[in-house]
Amino acid sequence: MELVINGELIHVPDHIRTIADLLVHFQLNQKIAIVEVNAHIVQKQEYETTALCNGDRVEIVHFVGGG
Amino acid sequence: MNERYSRQELFAPIGKEGQANISAKHVLIVGAGALGTGNAEALVRAGVGKLTMIDRDYVEWSNLQRQQLYSEDDAKARLPKAIAAKQRLAQVNSEVEVEAIVGDANVDELQRIAAETKPDVIIDATDNFETRMIINDVSCKYGIPWIYGACVGSYGISYTFIPRKTPCLHCLLETMPVGGLTCDTAGIISPAVQMVVAYQVAEALKLLVGDEQSLRGKLVSFDVWNNQHTAIRVDQVKKEDCPSCGTNPTYPYLSYEMQTKTAVLCGRNSVQIRPAGKREYDLPQLADLFAKQGLRVETNPYLVSVSLGEHRLVVFRDGRALVHGTKDIQEAKTIYHRYLG
Ligand SMILES: [Zn+2]
Repeated sequence: MELVINGELIHVPDHIRTIADLLVHFQLNQKIAIVEVNAHIVQKQEYETTALCNGDRVEIVHFVGGG
Repeated sequence: MNERYSRQELFAPIGKEGQANISAKHVLIVGAGALGTGNAEALVRAGVGKLTMIDRDYVEWSNLQRQQLYSEDDAKARLPKAIAAKQRLAQVNSEVEVEAIVGDANVDELQRIAAETKPDVIIDATDNFETRMIINDVSCKYGIPWIYGACVGSYGISYTFIPRKTPCLHCLLETMPVGGLTCDTAGIISPAVQMVVAYQVAEALKLLVGDEQSLRGKLVSFDVWNNQHTAIRVDQVKKEDCPSCGTNPTYPYLSYEMQTKTAVLCGRNSVQIRPAGKREYDLPQLADLFAKQGLRVETNPYLVSVSLGEHRLVVFRDGRALVHGTKDIQEAKTIYHRYLG
């Protein structure tokens, strides 16, 4: 499926169905991230159950500590 | 009267009135590393009235690539960063009062600074979330806005926290992120630093001149190498029952239980560090991360041990660590935060 991730059209493999899958795909599942789908922030406990659809606009910001 | 601030005064949203405001304000910068020196130089050039900087570290050669206030002489002399920064800032703009504090930005010290010197804005230039959670609670308790900034590799992130208006860091994170990637483990390039500094200083100037409606209002992140930029409006994340900014705040990170506990182990030339809050490390992953940096790592199901020159860092699954080869608590803490965030 194709998603617009952080403003860029990206083709993701077919096994990716939820936000949790997507975070694993980008190796962000161990990090704390804020995820927005179509301009709505998704709660962390809903990552497993929130299905993604072709064309969804996803914004992901993950926290880092360095400075 | 000189022309020092003329170009900034010509900028309409600041003007002469804004400049007068800036010169009457006090900014606290927590940390004098890459972000701290960048923010400090910009604010001192901009003519802020007073700047307080606090840092517990000293200048090393590996800092010079991106920590813009320091010179080779500072690294040779192993000068405390706060002192070296103050010296350079005095050359940049002698009109600004700079207070340098060589010490740990812990609960007591940050509360003292907040209560006694009443900064108008706090700029986060730390390298760990434990200190950020303390800054966050101090901000909520004393009603002082603070500007989060962080960077690793070519990636950076920033957000402006306004007490009683925006969510706080506790609302955004829910739990404390556990280490892994820090600048000392994943590297950092200076443009990522400068970008975060630019976001922080711009927001600080808006706050100092009182132009709150121009604040960005979004959590922003970018990657200057992979050419990405994202901004998310996070207002809806604010929680009424947040222990830091909610209706009945307890400021948990200001309490004794949540502070990192350290102890020098008798006769062992070692310091034990027990971090604040709950942590749980994936030990094989942590060992892998250290090994990738060419460090000598030994591991078993209970701990990861890594050799760091004359020191050895031993990390347990719950985040407790032993730093061998020192009796100096500050040095041990610095090593801990450097490798575990
Ligand atoms: Zn909160």
